[in-house]
Amino acid sequence: MTAGAADMIGGLGRRVIEGVRRLGHATLFMARLMPALGVALRRGRLIVQQLYMTGVLTFVIVVVSGAFVGMILALQGYNTLVRYDAQSSLGLLVALSLVRELGPVLTALLFAGRAGSALTAEIGLMKATEQLDGMEMMAVDPLPRVVAPRFWAGWIAVPLLAMTFSAIGIIAAYIVAVSDLGLDGGVFWSQMQSGVSVTNDIMGGLVKSVVFGFVVSWIAVFEGYDAKPTSEGVSLATTRTVVSSSLAILGLDFIMTAFMLRGL
Amino acid sequence: MQARGVEFTVGLFVMAGVLALAMLALKVGNIHALNLGGTYAVTADFNDIGSLKPKAPVTVAGVRVGRVAHITIDPVTYQAVVTLDLMKKYRFPRDSSASIETAGLLGEQYVSLSPGGSRRYLKNGGKIRITQSAIILEKIISQLLYSKAGHSSGHS
Amino acid sequence: MDRPKSTEPLVTVRDLAFYRDERPIFQGLNLTVAKGSVTAIMGGSGTGKTTLLSLIGGRLVPARGAVTVEGAVVSSLPRKALFALRRRMGMLFQSSALLTDLDVYENVAFPIREHTRLPEALIRDLVLMKLELVGLRGARRLFPSELSGGMSRRVGLARAIVLDPMMVMYDEPFAGLDPISMGVIVKLIRELNDALGMTSIIVTHDVAEASSIADYIYLLGDGHVIAEGTPADMHNTDAPEVRQFIGGLPDGPVAFHYPAPRYLDDLLAREPS
Repeated sequence: MTAGAADMIGGLGRRVIEGVRRLGHATLFMARLMPALGVALRRGRLIVQQLYMTGVLTFVIVVVSGAFVGMILALQGYNTLVRYDAQSSLGLLVALSLVRELGPVLTALLFAGRAGSALTAEIGLMKATEQLDGMEMMAVDPLPRVVAPRFWAGWIAVPLLAMTFSAIGIIAAYIVAVSDLGLDGGVFWSQMQSGVSVTNDIMGGLVKSVVFGFVVSWIAVFEGYDAKPTSEGVSLATTRTVVSSSLAILGLDFIMTAFMLRGL
Repeated sequence: MQARGVEFTVGLFVMAGVLALAMLALKVGNIHALNLGGTYAVTADFNDIGSLKPKAPVTVAGVRVGRVAHITIDPVTYQAVVTLDLMKKYRFPRDSSASIETAGLLGEQYVSLSPGGSRRYLKNGGKIRITQSAIILEKIISQLLYSKAGHSSGHS
Repeated sequence: MDRPKSTEPLVTVRDLAFYRDERPIFQGLNLTVAKGSVTAIMGGSGTGKTTLLSLIGGRLVPARGAVTVEGAVVSSLPRKALFALRRRMGMLFQSSALLTDLDVYENVAFPIREHTRLPEALIRDLVLMKLELVGLRGARRLFPSELSGGMSRRVGLARAIVLDPMMVMYDEPFAGLDPISMGVIVKLIRELNDALGMTSIIVTHDVAEASSIADYIYLLGDGHVIAEGTPADMHNTDAPEVRQFIGGLPDGPVAFHYPAPRYLDDLLAREPS
């Protein structure tokens, strides 16, 4: 009984220590990556290529998800607002939900699952198949050549995708509100415009997505670069990318939301 | 030619993101509300501002002409001092009055100006003398109840 | 075959010690690779042959002793000088280490593009020349996933020599190849070495192939060199370690059995539950 409890506490301690250790590794990795990020900027073509791989391939899933989320918000929001006879505020409700929360958060989660895991797997596999070693032996540093362009691409792609997600969601909500729920289109837009602040709401959402893009890309490239060079190690790293990114996104979202609302 | 295709697609992707941001800024958020095109500030004292907040609109006859810049309290009179940013292109007589009103029953509060008849106009740093405080629903209801009660007792 | 032999050393390894997680890989390793020669480094699995190549390439740092290339101690070179040295070393990995997102042509062009600013026409000439040497000029638009093991190793070889290095290191170049591909690689290593005036270091456990092309052979065991000599020396020696390795005998100085208590004792003992 006491032994079991001690084991449990010991296990918890071990996990915490392991977590802190990985965070330290990730921070050191970022410190090494920083100079490489500058070098990589000089070779924009590599970043463009990676933007294609990560951003463009996530685009479709983001558009489809954004449309569905917008339509769901319209239906659910209408259902609640109509009880207070406030359905004219539907546009505002949908826009604020998407721009401030759902756009940045869901986009980052989708990105982590679709592109983040692929980034980790790609870098991990390059490591497992000696491609990174090979580059080093060819006197090519893999950090600026392989890792940095992927990091940049991820960081750039997430805010662009988040904006797309919100815009598509609002358009989809508008279509449902006007054609299905019978709301007036003008009221939908005007209520939205009177309530959505460009500085607080839209810029706040943009800031969030920039932070998420940074964190997800960081986790993805770190896990790939840090993966054990075996097929099992790569698959473990891929899972870790999705799990840690998702937790990081939600945790950071809470912190940032608390700060932004208090800042109002 | 393969690289061209990649570049073109990435270009489209970036354009989509930027357009989305532009749409959010222009169509969803009202970026014009930010840009009033030069403003001048006037103040107005209120006994009670209700739930008026900075950035709330200032309207004349329902048309937006400015916004609430900030709200402080006068340390002597304990009245709320509301600073209004008004668009430069509109001038208002010095005897205009300001009132705090509510959009709908539960909507947000805003400042409504009623222009007076003076030939002299409000300038930057000027003050609106005539104000009407926010109407607070609970107070009206309780006033109504008490006055009703007083009325009936007085007559019996 | 009569070749002018130089005895001037290109690579020397002196009293090298290296540990991996406390486990000694090398202890007191000494060897020399002569300029212009094909030197084979042989040994059983797990004798650290690949580790040795990493030490020569400066990717690992020895615990003691030194690896010297052209008179410079590799482990004490600053990063810039180390990268400059690596540009003049080619390496062929066992897995070929081709970049999977580039086709054959771009893989071979990769070191040129990374290190020089040559015009596209010149890059094309260089790449096609090296691909012609390994006989894969026709395969230049294939991707690594479409190549057989032997072909991808030839592409890796073309890439390793595209900048005309002074030295090429081969990590198990014969492992896992069919006899024809193996013959092609054997022939290529020797011919490229002589035609381009390179020095070659081959890490392998394939006795016949190594004997057929190497000028000099080192046999590693227990973290140091246990025998060395020309292929003929190695075949004529009486040293039991060499006889066992060359002859492929299951038991000998390298024991068949992993160290264990007596079999009978083990059988009679009850496993503690």
